[in-house]
Order: sequence, then C-alpha cells, then structure tokens
Amino acid sequence: MTAPRSIELVCPAGTPAALRAAVEAGAHAVYCGFNDETNARNFPGLNFSREEMAEAIKFAHNHGAKVLVALNTFPRAGAFWRWSKAVDDCARFGADAVILADLGLLDYAARRESGLRLHLSVQAAAANADAINFYARTFGVRRVVLPRVLTVQEIAAINREIDAETEVFIFGGLCVMAEGRCSLSSYATGKSPNMNGACSPASHVEYREAGGALVSRLGGFAINRVAGGQPAPYPTLCKGVFEAGDYKGHVFEDPVSLDAAALIPQLAEAGVTALKIEGRQRSRAYTEAVVRSFRRALDDHAAGRPIAAGELRALTEGQQTTSGAYRKTWR
Amino acid sequence: MAERNFELTLGPLQFNWPAQKFVDFYAAVADEAPVDRVVIGELVCSKRAPFYADRLPGAIERLERGGKQVVLGSLALITLERERRAARENFDQAAHDVEINDLTLMNWVRDGKAFSVGPLVNVYNEATLAFLAGRGARRVCLPPELPFASVETIARASKDIGVGIELWAYGRMPLAISGRCTHARAHGLSKDSCQFVCDKDPDGLPTKTLDGVDFLAINGVQTLSFKYANLILDLDRLADAGVAGLRLSPHSGDFIAVTKAFADVSEGRISPREGLSRLSRAAPQAEFTDGFLFGECGAAPLPVI
Repeated sequence: MTAPRSIELVCPAGTPAALRAAVEAGAHAVYCGFNDETNARNFPGLNFSREEMAEAIKFAHNHGAKVLVALNTFPRAGAFWRWSKAVDDCARFGADAVILADLGLLDYAARRESGLRLHLSVQAAAANADAINFYARTFGVRRVVLPRVLTVQEIAAINREIDAETEVFIFGGLCVMAEGRCSLSSYATGKSPNMNGACSPASHVEYREAGGALVSRLGGFAINRVAGGQPAPYPTLCKGVFEAGDYKGHVFEDPVSLDAAALIPQLAEAGVTALKIEGRQRSRAYTEAVVRSFRRALDDHAAGRPIAAGELRALTEGQQTTSGAYRKTWR
Repeated sequence: MAERNFELTLGPLQFNWPAQKFVDFYAAVADEAPVDRVVIGELVCSKRAPFYADRLPGAIERLERGGKQVVLGSLALITLERERRAARENFDQAAHDVEINDLTLMNWVRDGKAFSVGPLVNVYNEATLAFLAGRGARRVCLPPELPFASVETIARASKDIGVGIELWAYGRMPLAISGRCTHARAHGLSKDSCQFVCDKDPDGLPTKTLDGVDFLAINGVQTLSFKYANLILDLDRLADAGVAGLRLSPHSGDFIAVTKAFADVSEGRISPREGLSRLSRAAPQAEFTDGFLFGECGAAPLPVI
C-alpha cells in the first residue's frame, strides 16, 4: 500500500499577529493581502501594510512556511497601476505566490517573467479542465483554487485532465454563488467583492427593533428578522430570508458554514494539492485553533490514522455546517 | 454631442420559455424588431437546451433572412462534460460569430477567429480589454455592475484597439450564478430532480424581502435583479463616452415595442421621455433602474426628471 499523499494546509491571516499564530500552529502556507482594495477581504482594520508584508514573509520563511498574497479583486479601470504595483511588490518581498483573478493582471504578471508563482483565485471561478488549462497555458498558472460549485467526483475528473495543482476550500464561510461572478452585494449597496473587495459591507448594515423583533438590513433591504433578545445574524445577502412565490425562508442558503473535514481522505484521493481555510476576517485565536486542528487531521491522514471527527464543531459555535457542493445533493 | 448611432443587440433569452413561445418570439424579432445583432443559445442551464434544440436552426435562419447578424451564445457556467463538448462545438463551427460567457471558451480561441465577449465575463478594466482584444475579441458587453466612470475609461481604450463596447441597456440584470438551483429549492426540489419548475416564471420568480419589498428574481441557477435595467434616458451620455452598442434582454410582453423605443430614441425620432413612457407601457409591471451606472447602488430607482 502506498502512503497517502501529503496535503498542504493553506491558512488565512488578516493581521501579522494572525499570520504568526497560523505559522506557529502548523500552517504549511498562509494567505493574506495588502490593506487596500487589491484584495477580496478589504475590511477596516484588516490586512498588511507593505512593511508588515515584507516582515511577515521573512517570518514565515524562517519557520518553513509559505506566504501566498491575494490580489484577487478586479482592478478598477484607470487605476490598474495600483494592482500591478502590488504584483511588483510581492515579487520584491519574495512572496511564494500571488493569487490573481483578473485577466489583465494575470497577463501583466506573466509578462514580467520574474519567476513569481501564479495561483488562480477562486474569484476567477475556473470550474472545469478546459478553463483551467487556458489559464495554465496562457499565463503559466501553477495552481487553481476551485470554485465551490464542484462535487468531489468532478474535482477528481478535473485533476486527471489538467497540468496544474488544485486547492479547495475545506472550512469556513461558504459562497453559494460562483465566486467572482456575483453582484448581489453591489445591487443592494454599491459595493461588491469584485470591485471593492467587500461583500455585504458593514458600512451598509443596520439593525433596528420593530414590533418586538430585531431586523437586520443591508442597504435598506430587510435580510433577517429574529425575536427580540436573540442574537441577530449578520445580513449577508445570500444567507438572508426572503419570499419567493409560496416559499418563505432561506431562499439561497441556510446560515451555514462549510466543514468538509470528513472529506479529507476523498479530496486527497481526488488529487487535490492543498486545502484552504476561509476566514481572514476572523480573530487570531480562532485562526490558531482551526489551523491546529486541521494540521492534526492532515498529519493523521498522512500517517494512515483515522481523522478524529467532531473536534471542529466547537469552532463553528453551534452553527450548522455543510459539506456544500462537494456532495451532489447540495445542488 | 456625439451622434447616437448605437448598434442594438438582442441578448440571449435568459428564461425557460416553451418551445413554441421561443419560436414565435424569434420570428417576431426577425420580422419586426429594429435590432442589428441577435445573440441566441442557452445561457443559464444546459438542462433546458434540449427543449428547443431542434427549433434553433430554423430560428437562426429566420433571423438571418430578416437581416440580423446572428451570434451563438454560450452557457454562463460550464462544469459538465457535455457542456464542455457543446462549448467546443460551438466554437469550432465556422458559420457564426460566438459570444463567450465563460472563459472556458478561451481555450478554443484560435488566431484570426474573431469573437464577442458577453456580460458574464469579468471585464473591469482596460488591461483585461486589451488582453481579450489581442486574442480576437471584437465586441465586449461589459458586466452590468460597472460604474459609469469605469465604462468611460474602458470605452476610451476600446477605440484604439478596434473593439466595440456594449452595455446592458434593458431588462433584468444577471447578478449571480450558482451550482445550486434556487428555483428548484424554492419548490422543495433539487437541481437533479428539478421538474423544470423554472418554466412557471417567464420573467423569473420575484423574490421579496421580509418587508414585502421586491428585491430579486430567481431564474433557475441564476439570480437576477428584480428591477429592469433601463438606460433609455442616458443615451446621450453613453454616446459621448463612446459606447458602441446597447443590449436589450428579452422579456415577455411586447418586446418588439421595447426594441422600437430604443431605436426611435437612438435615432432621434422621439424624445427619451417619450421612449421611457413607451417602455412603461410595454412592461407595466416593471420597475426601472440605471443605478449601477449612475446611482448609489444597482437597485437605485431611475431619477425623477
């Protein structure tokens, strides 16, 4: 019997402190972004200045971990320089890869011929082998983060046909829509993940008491209502409660988060190179706990031991979890 | 002021209409609609395509007899083997121009073969436009969420590289696409056993907030805006910016009247206000917006003038 393939654990870091915590907890690689609109988690108080990024890369390298820098929004027309400069800075700081989504930016990065490794962001939503091969052939993309619309079987089939590594989400927030192809947020608020790096931004959120209930709104649209005294859920648009014909409820998705830990063996078998944890906006303590737990699961898997289940349930804080599109019934 | 000589494009039908309604619609467009280009073919869900596949060649022939340039559309999200095969066959046929709505099709682009790019491809800046133009893109319909400042910059760049820029000028806007079928879910079904319930809603299933405010419209795996994009009051600004084409997205009701209203305003035969009241009559239930381009958000109502 051959030993199970070892899998790379790719962990989020919203701050330099979270990055150090993730590395110390056993992350093989950490992904993060600059503190501006060049990345898809452009939240106040989050992300890295240029100096912090340079230092973080040094720290990670000294500890044998990689840093992947997400430049995964779509550059604003007339301000392309801001994104191309971010690519240049990543190369200068010795980042292990940049994670890109925009064709123009991929073209720019490929033409630099600096040897900087290119990963395709989930925001590019490359959902089949032909699309992936286009990015690999055209820009030399070495790894693709797969959109959350594929089953494990489909992922295995893709891996048989492509000449690039694949990385898939294993834990954390779950997009219901094909990533990078969703303007729900800007329809309600004017701000979108693609343009501004923020979905359902806090600046447009409002909680108001009405008739003994607490209503959460986004851009003025009521997204959720809970009885008074209960914690109001954050009004992420696609997890809201709406009325469509006779159906009233979570029309798009329940307020669940992704937990595919139980599928680690199948995903490994399907040939994925790396597992990604979502949550650059989460606290340092959360990051540390999730990373430690997943690193143990991967080490167990690599050693041929069964993966201890249930440990992560505490981290989802009583929230429902789903294995999402990885199982066909989700559709 | 720049001359308003927009090319009018009929976008691909987004909805699941019965085959006969499909045939009748394109026959009417062929005979009566003052549009220059017609993009035709399944955009949203490959499960719908077999219902009208045998009617497609006839519809195309009729449109060409009516003097329209026919462009073959493509699926917005390609995952299945048969969807990949269909996309490739689409591209390898020589007779018609193809509109790419998923970058999967870029894999089949060959030197010298021109193509169009649909609004579901992320063209947010002039660098992406230049890349696609270098590969043979000749017409690009921009994503509906772009603000006017971006449109101006991209349209300016388009002139030097021989690409025509088109905007989503009328109809419910595509906001999201998923692996999951929301229409099926709203009927307690899943995508694989959907019973094609999306055919119950010829313009999508309106989706309200808890306050009863109309917000979105569900269309199978696609989510649309509840409001209809409507740029008929904005044609002068668009012409000044160098926009070359307007895309009108099919809806039920008197759609021929919609195409005529845009043609008449575009060519100066009627005023934009008169055009707007004709559009209101053609789609009395519709609420209009030009918010992505000019407002605070995509759902912002048309300004009262």
